[in-house]
Amino acid sequence: MSLQPERHVLVVFPHPDDEAFSSAGTIRLYRNMGVPVTYACLTLGEMGRNLGNPPFATRESLPEIRRKELINACAAMGIEDLRMMGLRDKTVEFENDEKMVKLVTDLIDELNPSLIITFYPGYAVHPDHEATARAVVEAVRRIPKNDRPRITAVAFANNTIANIGEPTFKNDVSSVKQDKIKALQAHASQTAWMMEETTKRVEEGRPMSESWLNFEPYYNYEFKD
Amino acid sequence: MEKVEVNKVQELLNSFANKDVYIHLETTNGSYATHFNENVFNAGAFIRNVKIRFELGKVVDDTPHRVGLKMEHGWVYAQGITHYELDEKGRLLMAGLDYTGKLAVALEISETPFTY
Repeated sequence: MSLQPERHVLVVFPHPDDEAFSSAGTIRLYRNMGVPVTYACLTLGEMGRNLGNPPFATRESLPEIRRKELINACAAMGIEDLRMMGLRDKTVEFENDEKMVKLVTDLIDELNPSLIITFYPGYAVHPDHEATARAVVEAVRRIPKNDRPRITAVAFANNTIANIGEPTFKNDVSSVKQDKIKALQAHASQTAWMMEETTKRVEEGRPMSESWLNFEPYYNYEFKD
Repeated sequence: MEKVEVNKVQELLNSFANKDVYIHLETTNGSYATHFNENVFNAGAFIRNVKIRFELGKVVDDTPHRVGLKMEHGWVYAQGITHYELDEKGRLLMAGLDYTGKLAVALEISETPFTY
């Protein structure tokens, strides 16, 4: 299935690297089609646990490292409009709920996106993911039905398929796989160990399943009203 | 950060004693702990930019290390500390990194507030 043209795609995730794991290929495909993509990244992943041993960073130097990684990852995906929203990692769910909705509403009002990519509420595992998804869904729900942008959502909780079934669709991103790998590599503080493991497995002649690099699954988020 | 040398860390702790200082204290086993293993009971705590004054700070010579701060009316301590650094802003950053390089605990002391 090839992607349909969009007026503007708004990507909303809380952590630098959420976008690369879930959507780097899809974003790259939209950019290659000339679709404007804005990425609102809510935090700088300040509370990331991976500091290495021996360490390559401290709790206090990590945010700047991840800020630079995010900028480089956006270059790999072709994102020209990156918004760093200034919240702190692991605190998103404790922010005022209305403030969070307004943050999303302001972006929608400014950009008039036809599609929003975010997490699926209830199936996004990390508390920041859940809080982000709730804010996006609530902001869109308040828009008159016929004016709402579509939401395609990323879900990966262990009970996802049991509860809401298979993904609505999977984007074939194999043609831009190298760009997805570049975006993942740009987030080296988060992905270096994983990329190393992948290389090792391939060298040992037991490649990882490549499906996660070739296909990006999404659920359409449907409103009841 | 380097591995804790008790004498050096003790000296640094002494340099912050009896001053108003800001602390960052954090314990975590990661937001994905239960996702990867449902038998894990996920707990942690986080406090940042709370101003305290301690009269006695001590690092215990055991590996991993424990660091305790005695205050007029109470205590702060962290266990599992493996690494430390006095950073370019004169802040004492201490962390406990597990065998895979993931932060499990952090205790940081600064005379100026940490960023947000």
